[in-house]
Amino acid sequence: MKRYSLFSLVRNGINHHSNWDRVWRNPNPRPEYDVVIIGGGGHGLATAYYLAKEHKITKIAVLEKGYIGGGNTGRNTEIVRSNYLWDEAAQLYEFSLKLWQNLSSELNFNLMYSKKGVLNLGHSLQDMRDISRRVNANRLNGIDSELLSTEEVKGLVPIINTSPDTRYPILGASLQKRGGTARHDGVAWGFGRAADAFGVDIIQGCEVVGIRQEDGSAVGVDTTKGYIKAKKIGVAVAGHSTVLANMAGFRLPIETHPLQAWVTDPIKPVLDVVVMSNSVHAYVSQTDRGELLAGAGIDAYVGYGQRGSFSVLEHAASSIIELFPIFSRIRVVRQWGGIVDTTPDACPIIGKTPLKGLFLNCGWGTGGYKATPGSGWVFAYTIANDTPHNLNEPFSLERFITGKLIDEHGAAGVAH
Amino acid sequence: MLMIDCPWCGNRDESEFMYGGEGNIVRPQDPESISDDSWSDYLFMRKNTKGLYMEQWLHSYGCRRWFLAERETVSYEILNTHKIGEINPESKS
Ligand SMILES: Cc1cc2nc3c(=O)[nH]c(=O)nc-3n(C[C@H](O)[C@H](O)[C@H](O)COP(=O)(O)OP(=O)(O)OC[C@H]3O[C@@H](n4cnc5c(N)ncnc54)[C@H](O)[C@@H]3O)c2cc1C
Ligand SMILES: [Zn+2]
Repeated sequence: MKRYSLFSLVRNGINHHSNWDRVWRNPNPRPEYDVVIIGGGGHGLATAYYLAKEHKITKIAVLEKGYIGGGNTGRNTEIVRSNYLWDEAAQLYEFSLKLWQNLSSELNFNLMYSKKGVLNLGHSLQDMRDISRRVNANRLNGIDSELLSTEEVKGLVPIINTSPDTRYPILGASLQKRGGTARHDGVAWGFGRAADAFGVDIIQGCEVVGIRQEDGSAVGVDTTKGYIKAKKIGVAVAGHSTVLANMAGFRLPIETHPLQAWVTDPIKPVLDVVVMSNSVHAYVSQTDRGELLAGAGIDAYVGYGQRGSFSVLEHAASSIIELFPIFSRIRVVRQWGGIVDTTPDACPIIGKTPLKGLFLNCGWGTGGYKATPGSGWVFAYTIANDTPHNLNEPFSLERFITGKLIDEHGAAGVAH
Repeated sequence: MLMIDCPWCGNRDESEFMYGGEGNIVRPQDPESISDDSWSDYLFMRKNTKGLYMEQWLHSYGCRRWFLAERETVSYEILNTHKIGEINPESKS
């Protein structure tokens, strides 16, 4: 891997940018690997990277049915934060937030991680009680978190409407200053490039269509590019997790839902924090290019179509316009959807499965982007050691049998 | 926006309805006596089919009745709607 630097930029500029290296190779699959990762989203690529870096396993293939980052990784609203309520979740997301701090230099790829701060608004007395409870829980877990009054919110975001006469008046907010955004497709490319440099084969346009078993263990995958043998298999396919579980012969507590987002025309800088509101199901930030990047809640129905209903978009847009009346006449230039894998307790499933040799990382739902580095790190640990790390042990599939759920739903301003 | 054919009221906008998830899940007859595994299966595990899916909807801003819909989860096309009990829970989708 040739390192990116100011020097390489100047040199390639002089050559009219005609000599840049391929960012990753484009190999044909080998017949056999030590580890096959299914799904070339951020989580799959990060897993391959940490397997190589931390566990010295390099005979790895990442199989992606489309192109890397083309799933939820490249479709999200880029929000990064760690202010979750329950200890288990807070520790996992905080671990990930710590990895974000040096990730650009570690991967030698500018992820544009910007600590612009994340506000979670409260609109009712109950919202404010929940928010202060979460702020206190965060602080006890060593996570930066502050409680803001209406005036303090206004001070931070002068364009926000804090009039008491609105349908959802702003009574206050939590602020996590280390929260912010990072460039999402850069995350896929950065992890992909760094994994490739360790010798990981990234194989795009390769869909897994079957999982072969012998004596109760997974031994390989049938793909659109032929059969590939594998000593271990890691599944990180987000919305398609149930489809893969069906191939392996077990059931999952997952529902796949469309989740939509959009960007507007670029405007001058007006918003330098991320503003989220759980009760009205809207979240918005302004990108470095000036576009407003905003997202909605999930469509209620199960959907694999990477698009949802207009009524859901309209609901989120009208909430955002009520919060920010000056946005009312800005134009939307692009709108899209991803398909997210939701669980009953809004927490991921990361660990072993009923099939030996097959490991599962899914259930991140509407909020797994922020966890990409941490998720890859603990999943790599789990695959390499055949046992979960302390951080992901509570997130086992068994919790749906033992009843030890980690109920982040509603409790923790959980969306996204 | 989907147009949904309520078996009682006819075609209406999706925004009149609430989604009820997978249809035809049979509640265990004797919950006290079944294993944790079977209880978990009933409570949490879902078919979440990519393709033809049997699901339940509630016409909450209309007749307020539950019904079943057979819907394609990639194209979102609704092929059929049925009154509850009209079709047999063992059916394939
Ligand atoms: C609109 C939207 C907004 C969001 N906003 C945020 C946010 O602000 N903050 C946040 O933290 N999270 C957010 N999320 C959630 C976040 O994007 C996801 O949780 C995260 O990106 C999941 O990453 P992943 O790598 O697991 O999945 P993906 O990026 O979806 O990768 C899975 C990959 O598996 C591939 N695949 C599937 N089946 C197969 C197969 N059979 N064979 C081979 N490959 C296969 C897919 O093509 C896909 O590329 C948002 C999601 C959406 C859709
Ligand atoms: Zn009706």
